[in-house]
Formats: sequence, structure tokens, C-alpha cells
Amino acid sequence: MPTTATFRIWRGNAQGGKFEDYATPVSEGMVVLDAVHQIQADQANDLAVRWNCKAGKCGSCSAEVNGQPRLMCMTRLNQLNLDEPVTVEPMRAFPSIKDLVTDVSWNFRVKKGIRPFKPRPPDAPDGTWRMQQADVERVQEFRKCIECFLCQDVCHVLRDHKQFDGFVGPRFLTYAAALEMHPLDEERRARELKTTHGIGYCNITKCCTKVCPESITITDNAIIPLKERVVDELYDPTVKLLRFFRRK
Amino acid sequence: MAEYETHEYEVLVIGAGGAGLRAAIEAAAAGVSVGLICKSLLGKAHTVMAEGGIAAALSNVDDRDNWKVHFTDTMRGGQYVNNWRMAELHAKEAPDRVRELEAWGALFDRTDDGRILQRNFGGHRYPRLAHVGDRTGLEMIRTLQDHGIHKGMAVHMECTVVTLLKDGPRVAGAFAYERERGRFKVFRAKAVILATGGVGRAFKITSNSWEGTGDGHSLAYHAGAELMDMEFVQFHPTGMVWPPSVRGLLVTEAVRGEGGVLKNSTGRRFMFDDIPDLYRAQTADNEDEGFRYTQGDTNARRPPELLTRDHVARCIMREVKAGRGSPHGGVFLDISWIKARLPNAEEHIRKKLPSMYHQFKQLADIDITKEPMEIGPTTHYIMGGVRVDGESQMSTVPGLFAAGECAAGINGANRLGGNSLSDLLVFGKRAGEYSAKFAREQKPPAIDARQVDDAAKRAVEPFERSAGNEGPFQVQFALQELMQDLVGIVRSEAEMRRALAGLEALKQRADRAGVAGHREFNTGWHAALDLRHLLTVSEAITRSALERKESRGGHFREDYPDKDPAAGTFNIVVRKNRDGGMDVVRTPIPPMPAALKAIIDEYK
Ligand code: SF4
Ligand code: SF4
Ligand code: FES
Repeated sequence: MPTTATFRIWRGNAQGGKFEDYATPVSEGMVVLDAVHQIQADQANDLAVRWNCKAGKCGSCSAEVNGQPRLMCMTRLNQLNLDEPVTVEPMRAFPSIKDLVTDVSWNFRVKKGIRPFKPRPPDAPDGTWRMQQADVERVQEFRKCIECFLCQDVCHVLRDHKQFDGFVGPRFLTYAAALEMHPLDEERRARELKTTHGIGYCNITKCCTKVCPESITITDNAIIPLKERVVDELYDPTVKLLRFFRRK
Repeated sequence: MAEYETHEYEVLVIGAGGAGLRAAIEAAAAGVSVGLICKSLLGKAHTVMAEGGIAAALSNVDDRDNWKVHFTDTMRGGQYVNNWRMAELHAKEAPDRVRELEAWGALFDRTDDGRILQRNFGGHRYPRLAHVGDRTGLEMIRTLQDHGIHKGMAVHMECTVVTLLKDGPRVAGAFAYERERGRFKVFRAKAVILATGGVGRAFKITSNSWEGTGDGHSLAYHAGAELMDMEFVQFHPTGMVWPPSVRGLLVTEAVRGEGGVLKNSTGRRFMFDDIPDLYRAQTADNEDEGFRYTQGDTNARRPPELLTRDHVARCIMREVKAGRGSPHGGVFLDISWIKARLPNAEEHIRKKLPSMYHQFKQLADIDITKEPMEIGPTTHYIMGGVRVDGESQMSTVPGLFAAGECAAGINGANRLGGNSLSDLLVFGKRAGEYSAKFAREQKPPAIDARQVDDAAKRAVEPFERSAGNEGPFQVQFALQELMQDLVGIVRSEAEMRRALAGLEALKQRADRAGVAGHREFNTGWHAALDLRHLLTVSEAITRSALERKESRGGHFREDYPDKDPAAGTFNIVVRKNRDGGMDVVRTPIPPMPAALKAIIDEYK
């Protein structure tokens, strides 16, 4: 490993900006976020960056490193070519606030629009429920989500086609799947999934799954079963009948 | 005149980790208007880092467990200087708070008969921690967040409170800035709940994120509230030590709960060498019994690796100092050895400790199913905090409440693992409930324009100083270095006197630290404003630690290495005096009711 490396960091705000090069000492074990912090402490006090846990658990430090959507705190420098400048830029699907910080507030609004958890009545007189480990595990996969929004960043429906009004994005399809497949949940979300949540926009490119730092199989385990559910619940009775016979 | 926007709520909650969210949910449910301020984005608070579980005597796994045993364990762990009323309420109410999370959608790991599974943890007599693998904190915060956003609270994300506002003796609200544009906000509220978490950023090696700068402690102190037990800082025995960039990052106690053992460089399981008398009867005296305990054998006693955190941390320090440490200045924590005992051990480890597996693999190139980890103590938690009434969580300032890590009392001299998440829920709920009640009985307070102007003026000062001056980060690093070296795991009078002098000098450096640029999302500016909080809590910790001339729980003094029974009768309280200096007073612990005493005698 070289002793210094150059980081080409995007500096700017909603009005615009440009890349600036910073050379900083590097050592074994460092991650991109360390380098950014070092630059912030020594050369650019006002460099804006989000982070909290430094352990890939809070989903704050999302950015694009050499063009790849990554958590900066989990991107080791030894995975990068340090002979060239390492580019670090904000998630491009969201509006810029400053430097590496983007306006992700849309995600929080979207979540509020999804019908919340509604459990069936308790199973036991003491007000508790019984669930099998195997049944909760399926949903636990989705609940690992750290809301880094990297999947939203990479999804072409949002990134390229800007369907922010008609599509909730892979993160919130996963969220809806977690609710729909929750062993206790009784709410019905199929109609909204089809209409306001825009599940039909997803054409299963699987880009979201590829970038998920929590290795959630977003498309295969969440979106596809959810699409099937929407079809099952919403399509007209003849289709339902057909399916019924086909299954026989 | 300062420019700012104004928001009004009946209850204002500062901090949106477990305690703040739970408090906001409760206050909203009581029908008052609620504002919730988070320093980061919603759902990113330090609670997400909690791994092990939520301690609650559900007795799903071992029916010998009940609130009395939990209460006794908590008091013993806290070395009997806890607020016993809080320890009692906590033990009694934790099970309901956990079940409530399930009703709100949390999905805990299950027992074979479909109930909430509970695991062993240090200092808890029976398997007691409800958990989700090793990401329980994430499950808890997400459940509270997803439930809370539908309850009508107004959330202010990326907003930092600089000072509390007062109306005579009572709290009147808060003065804050939002990070995005750096604009000021004034919150007027009848009641304010502090739920700001810890102070770990006052130390160099810490598991805490940038947010843990003791804001709530310091805001309360400067508003005239009392801080208690500030000498009791918990150094978690197992933080990562390598690579340097992740030094301090937490390695969950669940690793030891699942059978992980501590070894020194000679391969010795050194924890067997020093078992305190208080715990001897409950601790295994051989490796086999210890392992059986971790695998759920209810007749076995726990291995010494699961002794209280303060003790394990000091044993590790002892090994390192004696030259028996690992290459990077820690010791070895090995879970891979269970291969010798369990079929499918590798898969079992990955399943039980997924985020630990992930963390070591990605950050240190270590496969924990195959090789030992290198670990050492890290600053993790502060038992001390705002002194509150045990029932209502109100501080000595009318209308000012505190819950969670920034409040004192439940944990005494040392916190048991798992008692934090349950603390957040139990006392978050209580703070929400009682603050709403308080707010309903009060008229709106008046906002004093002078206080606001002063706060605004002080807040922009760093920009007026020459940016050529030393930057705020350098001052912060110096403070962390000083506290780590002089007021860390092992303390002494002489070193702490030096620390006080050092803090005085750092105050002056902080007053000169300049920042460049504008107010938009300027992290240098934010760091400059956090310095005041860090300096305040560092001074409180140091002065309290000087006053406690004994060793107890998280507080260890090499000049007073033993516990002094006489010192077990008081808590140390600090408050701001008229001249702006810090007064330190010993405050007697109220006598425990006979009924609680009898419980301790029965179960200890
Ligand atoms: S699979 Fe669907 S949700 Fe995922 S990136 Fe492709 S279009 Fe977007
Ligand atoms: S699903 Fe994965 S990529 Fe998307 S927000 Fe969650 S953790 Fe991030
Ligand atoms: S800082 Fe938390 S995920 Fe990177």
C-alpha cells in the first residue's frame, strides 16, 4: 500500500459544484470514511459528510466511491486502486445538500405513506403471540435493512426516470414485504402497492440487490413474492380462477 | 436581534434513540403535541449499535426468573448505589415493555414453543435477554420509529440543541440549529425530555458515534439541574483493537454469551484467575461447566468471562500490562474453539452472531468461525447522568425530564449488559407519561428574547474568530487524549489533578478555535459547538471521580483500590454554582424499604 493517496471529493451544493483533489496519508486497515474524516480534520473542516456507527449498522455514510454505491465505512482502501485518485461523490439519485450529503427526506415521507403494522388479536390470554422461528426468519431478512438508501440510489426507476411520485423504490417494497409477510400482520396493502406504491415500475433488473450492504435479496425474496401477491389479490376473478385451475 | 423560526409543542423530546422515541410515543398517546429533535436522521441513533438484547424477566426460558431476581441482579451489578426505586420499577415493567414492542411489530428470535427467546448475559442469573441475533438495537429502534411516525409527532431531523431556555426556575424550551442550512430554531415547550445518550466522545477509544458528546448532561447542568454518579463510566471489555480506524468498535458480549472465551498470549484462560467473592458462588470453576452454561444447561454456573464488565475490563488491562497481551495491545477472544464441542459450529456462529461475523470479516479480514479476535476495553457507557425522580424522571428543574443513558440512577456503579435497552423503554415511557401530565397542568412558558439573542451570538462566534486559529477537531482530539490517559479505566488523585488543569487549558483553546466556511452543513462548526458539552461532562467526570475515594463498579482508583462500605451510602452530585463553577456534593442514598431489602437477601 502507498503511504499517501489522493481522494477526488465532490464539493458543492444544490447550485452545483466540482471535484477537488486531496492527498492524505493512508495506512493498513483504513476505510474510505477514515480518509474523508482525516481530510475533514486537517484540510477541509467544513467538508460535509454523514456518519454515525462506522460499522455498517446505521446506514448514514452512503456515497458513490469510484462510481459504485457503497457505505464509506465498510469500503476498505485495500479494495481500491490507490495509484489513481479515488473519487468520492454523493448519491446521485437524491438532491444535493452539500458535498457528500444529500436530501433523503423523500424516503421518510414515502415510508409514512405505507400502511403500518396491524397485528391479529393475541394468541394467548396473557396478550402474547406464538410464532415459529422459521416463520420469523423469512421476515427478519428484510428487517436487517439499515435504511442506507443505496438501493434507491441505484434503481433506474428513481435515478434515471425520476419516478419519485409514482414509485416507492426497492427499500420500501422491501418494507412493505416485511409487513405483508409478518406472521401477525392483517393489513391489506395490495391495492396501494399496485397504485400509489407503483410496484409495476420494477422490471426486476436486480441492481438493488447487488448493492445492498446487508445482502438482502431484495428482488427475489421481497419484490417478486410481493408482485405475485398483488396479482393474486387484485386481478379479476377469471384470472384467479384460471390460476386456481392451473395450480391443480 | 437573532433570526430564527419558532416551533411550539407541549412536550419537546431531545434525542431520538430508544428512550426519546419511546417517550415521544407515550406523550403523543397521552394527547399532547410532541416535537422530537434528532441530531442525525431518524433511526440512526446509537441505539442501533446495541447488539445483545433487552433484559426482561419474561421467564420464557427459565421459569425460575422473575422481577425480584432481575432487581437483585441489577442492584448487585450496580454495587448497591443504584436508585433502588428505579431498579425496582425497571425490573417490574421491562417485560411489558418488551411485549409491547412485539405488538408493534418487532420480531424477536423464538423458543421452540413459539415465545420470545431469551439469552444469557453477564451479571444476569438466568437467560433474560430478548434478542434478534446480534442486531437487537436495530430491531428496537426500527420498531419504535415505524410505530412512532404514525402517532402524530413532529420530527426535526439533523437538528442540534445548543442550550435550554428557561422561564424563571422552569424550563421553557430550547435553542437549536438545523444542520442543513445552519438556521436557528427556537422551540417553546411546557416540558422538555432529554434523551441524548452518552458521553463516549470524551474519550479516545470509544464505541460511541460522533453524537455521544454529552449534550443532554451538559444542557441540563447549564440549566441548573444536578448530575449524579458521573464518576461511573463503563469501559466495555471487548472493543476491536485492530485495524486502528475501528479501534473501540464494540464486540458484543453475546460472543461470550454464546461460549466465547478470553485468552492471553500464552493461551491461558486468565478469567479463571480472579473471581470476586461477590460472584464466586455463581461462577463456574472449570471450563466444562462454563461451556454447558452457555449452551443452556440450567444446572451449570456461568463462565468467568461473563462476570461484570468492569471486572472483565480490568482483568484484560492486567494481562496487557503484564506483557501477556495480543500483538495490537489487546487479548484474544475466541469463539471458534466451540468447534471442538459442537457439530456445525461454524454455521451456528454465523447464525447467532451475524453482524460480528460480518464486521470482522469486512473490517479486519478475520473469520471469527476460524480464528480468535483481538479485543480490548473501550469506553462504552456512562452510568451517571441527570439526577431524576425515580417515578417521573423529572430533574430538579421543573419541567425538565431525562431518560435513558443521559439520566442517572438505574445502573448505580455499573450497568449490566441488556439493562440499557430495557432502561430506555421503561423510563422513556415514564418520562413521556409524566411530562405529558406535567405539560397539561401548566400554562405555556415565556421565551426570554435576551436568552435567545445570547445563545445565537455565542453560536456564531467560531466564525468570527480567525480561521487561521487552531480548528475545533484538534481541540477535541486533545481532550479525548487527556481523558483517556488521565481519567480512564485506572485512576489516581495525581493524574486527575493534572486532568483538571488540562481541561482548564482546553477551555481556553476551545474559546479560540475558529472555523471557516458558511453555516450550511458545516461539520467543523458543529464540532466547535459540541466542545462546550464535552468540556462540561469531562469536568463533571473528573471532579466526581476525585471525590469518590474508593473503587467501585466502573470507577477504579489505584490509590484506593478497595471498596469502602462508608462510600456505599452516598451518591456524588455536581451542580453549577452562582459563579459558574462546579460544586461537588455527597448526597446520602435514601434508606431502602424493608421489603426490597428482604428481596435482595433472598436472591443475592
Ligand atoms: S429490481 Fe426493481 S427495484 Fe430493484 S433496481 Fe431493478 S427496477 Fe429497481
Ligand atoms: S434494502 Fe439494503 S440497500 Fe436498501 S436501504 Fe435497506 S440496507 Fe440499504
Ligand atoms: S457510518 Fe454507519 S453505516 Fe457507515
